[in-house]
Amino acid sequence: MNVIKQAPEIMYKNNQFCAGCGHGITYRLIQEAVEELGYKDNHITVLGVGCSCNLNTLTKGDKFQCAHGRAAAVATGMKHTKKDTLIFTYQGDGDAGVIGIAETLNAAYRNEKITVITVNNSNFGMTGGQMSWTTLPEQITTTTPLGRDCAQKGYPFHLPEMIASQFTHVAYVARGAVNDSKNIRQLKKMIKNGLEAQVKEEGYSLIEVLAPCPTNWNLSPLQSLEWLEENMLKEYPIGEFKKRGV
Amino acid sequence: MSKKAIMNGEWCKSCQYCVKACPQSAISRGSALNKAGYEVVVLDSEACVGCGICYTVCPDYVYTIAEE
Repeated sequence: MNVIKQAPEIMYKNNQFCAGCGHGITYRLIQEAVEELGYKDNHITVLGVGCSCNLNTLTKGDKFQCAHGRAAAVATGMKHTKKDTLIFTYQGDGDAGVIGIAETLNAAYRNEKITVITVNNSNFGMTGGQMSWTTLPEQITTTTPLGRDCAQKGYPFHLPEMIASQFTHVAYVARGAVNDSKNIRQLKKMIKNGLEAQVKEEGYSLIEVLAPCPTNWNLSPLQSLEWLEENMLKEYPIGEFKKRGV
Repeated sequence: MSKKAIMNGEWCKSCQYCVKACPQSAISRGSALNKAGYEVVVLDSEACVGCGICYTVCPDYVYTIAEE
């Protein structure tokens, strides 16, 4: 029997994410890209705080668990001392886009040669589904039980668009989604592009991933995919906002 | 030589993403529970063509695609 496709060896056991969570797919794509680029034994995952912490027990590879929101700053330090190692952060939207916005923006501003991968599920998942900056208008969360009132609580935050428009010198910025096989394949190309931009020393890269959160959206996994397609994809269009070499 | 999907039902969390995505309708809901208490989906190996879409959409690394 000849194995054609299998989850990367580094992910040696089942993940502890909720049923239908998008983190499992996203991290598998990252590890596939890492293997294809030849960095299987020479990469560090810099973890933010949130559901991404579950990766601490999922994989065998090198990891570092940062304080909340500080992953981009930690990755910057690592990259400065280990220039030949592939270093990427893995954060949620609450970590990279809300609590760690200063670190994320400063790393982009300096065009650090790191890759930031942030999973946007429109809420603070691990702490029980509170409102995040990325929560959609009228979306019900545990801290917006009547729906997000944007006039009072602000509007959804578009991190990739902000970085691509303000820091035009960065190497690569994109947003993908894990809602179907087409978008998952496209996201894999985006992640590989982002990591390759780092390998070729082109500069900073950021990929945002739209992922379902069935538990905190109070939906079944299949319903959460529909909700993502009907609501999140409209607010957060997928695509490349800064292409490499442009 | 034909390509087929192979399942590790112990890792299945019954999200049904593969059931929705399979173009051959070779995967269906199951009733048997795994050790974690999830209803494991059922794969019809005869209908499977080994396209690998189940591998792509599965968040829990249940599927391996192999050539027999």
